[in-house]
Amino acid sequence: MIGEFIDGPLWTFSLSVFVIGVIWRIIAILKIGVKRDLSQPRGSSGMGALRALFSRFIPERTVTSRGRLQLVAGYLFHLGLFALLIFAKPHVDFIAERITGFDWPAMPHWAFIVAAEFAFAGIILLWLHRLLNPVTRLLSDLDDHIGTLLVFLVMLSGCLALAQSFEPLRLLHLLLAELLLIYFPFSKLMHAFTFVLSRGYTGATMGRKGVNA
Amino acid sequence: MSEAFEQGVAALSAQIDAKVASYFSSCIHCGLCAEACLFYTETHDPRYTPIHKLEPMKKLWRQEHTFWGKLGKAMGLSKPLSEADFADWERLVYDSCTLCGRCSMVCPVGNDITYMIRKTREGFSVAGYAPDGMKEATQRALTIGSPMGVTYKTLSAAIANVEKETGLHIPVDQPGVDYMTIFSSMEIVNFPEFIEALARIFKQAGVTWTISSKAYEATNSGIQIGNKEAAAELVGRVVNAAEELGVKYVISPECGHAYTAIRWEGPNLIGRPYQFEVVHILELLDQLKAQGRIQVKDFDHTPMTLHDPCQIVRRGGVIQPPRNLLNSVADHFVEMKDHGVMNWCCGGGGGVSANERAEELRLEVFKRKKSQLDELGVNTLVTACANCRIILEEGLEHYEMDTEVISLTELLAEHLVTDKPS
Repeated sequence: MIGEFIDGPLWTFSLSVFVIGVIWRIIAILKIGVKRDLSQPRGSSGMGALRALFSRFIPERTVTSRGRLQLVAGYLFHLGLFALLIFAKPHVDFIAERITGFDWPAMPHWAFIVAAEFAFAGIILLWLHRLLNPVTRLLSDLDDHIGTLLVFLVMLSGCLALAQSFEPLRLLHLLLAELLLIYFPFSKLMHAFTFVLSRGYTGATMGRKGVNA
Repeated sequence: MSEAFEQGVAALSAQIDAKVASYFSSCIHCGLCAEACLFYTETHDPRYTPIHKLEPMKKLWRQEHTFWGKLGKAMGLSKPLSEADFADWERLVYDSCTLCGRCSMVCPVGNDITYMIRKTREGFSVAGYAPDGMKEATQRALTIGSPMGVTYKTLSAAIANVEKETGLHIPVDQPGVDYMTIFSSMEIVNFPEFIEALARIFKQAGVTWTISSKAYEATNSGIQIGNKEAAAELVGRVVNAAEELGVKYVISPECGHAYTAIRWEGPNLIGRPYQFEVVHILELLDQLKAQGRIQVKDFDHTPMTLHDPCQIVRRGGVIQPPRNLLNSVADHFVEMKDHGVMNWCCGGGGGVSANERAEELRLEVFKRKKSQLDELGVNTLVTACANCRIILEEGLEHYEMDTEVISLTELLAEHLVTDKPS
């Protein structure tokens, strides 16, 4: 009974909240608007925005030397998480069946293990850093911890459910993923989408001035 | 709750645009911006983390633009922005930020934190939470015409001295010429040799130029304190004078934030594009040099390095011209490890130099520039901002460093081939 609910209506509901919520948040930001810049440009805003969108994937030297732990942990976590999300065999099958209607090559078991190790090492290091470093401890709020906890639990239950031999574990993983989808648009997890706007706006402003940001 | 505070909150709220909303939505509190800020790196005080300086604005954004914030406010669960917030953050917003923009260059999600601090100051200044030194400087700028109280009489005396020294005529209120120059008060009072350098260079290059007796001040205290009405008034004076004289260009002098004020913020402050172009003195000199209109002689063999003024280089985009010019007169020019758009601030920008109570902190964070210079082992520092120059000189003196600070324009003038016959 509960399993059917998690597998059926709750999945549809959580996915709807996620999709509508993300679109709503992005539209809400864009709707506030930005005043037209009347200064004479030196360079191209569009090119600046495009450049910043990609250049900020590569850290500036100040960060590579002074924020090395966060940098390494950040890469480990994000790369591991995206590899798991998109290329884990159960995910490929699930997305193909429920959303896209087609599948793509999944990663082998050993790659899953490596990706999971990366993601776990990354999120644990980042969380410890958040708790122990005076700067991040000062900045962090409840939202940061709820988001991290939810992602961690989704990853943990996913690994436990990997063999797909024990249905309750699969349902637990799905339930946690659904909670994450519902929480997502109301949280800092939105940075997964809004980074395009923030990088784009800054890149455009700096691009007008002729600065590669 | 005072009326001024309510107006300040309204002013702060009005500053929240789509950029700000996207920045706060994207910030995941990684704290990496701290590593780019000299106020944090030199003190290790986490309160100086750039994004932390924006807590009041973030609180307002959350309450007005997010689901949880609106819910919390409606249910009385979250406290509204209070006067105590403004009082607690005033020093962080004004004393420990030079608007240098270094944090904005390293944020992984691309947040322009400096843009938000500049905007936060708009709310704070309306509410009355701004340093006395900056309030007084702004008042002097509006009433006397200069934040340092420099009147045209003072400039006129400086002009007369330069004319006497050089034998050159300095044109004042000359309509129909190509260029109108403006100066920072510090150049007029502390470094009149800059005016002399300009006169000599323009003479050789055959540049037609003038000074306006109505608008000679480039410094814009309104930008620094965050008062857009005052900033618009000060920019408007220059724009009116330039358009009355019918010049093609206004030259922004060796002053960092003056360039940001007239070049980038000005048209937006007065609500229209100019009928002239703004050119920074370094851009103009580089152009004249490239056109062969300035000719220099004798390389200086002294090892030199360049201090990039933040508002001219990182926030202004004038990156290569100072390097071209310096290389044309010095054959031992070496860059600091962090240079160009990633150079470290002198510590006195963004109005900090006009804020007496921030002096101790400013000198403390000067250790960053000191370590840059110590690492390089060079005793001559070239720059192109009168404010940086004063702050650098004070910092060097405080740390008893034997380093000379010189102006790039003045250095170039020293190397001019004797004036061509006109």
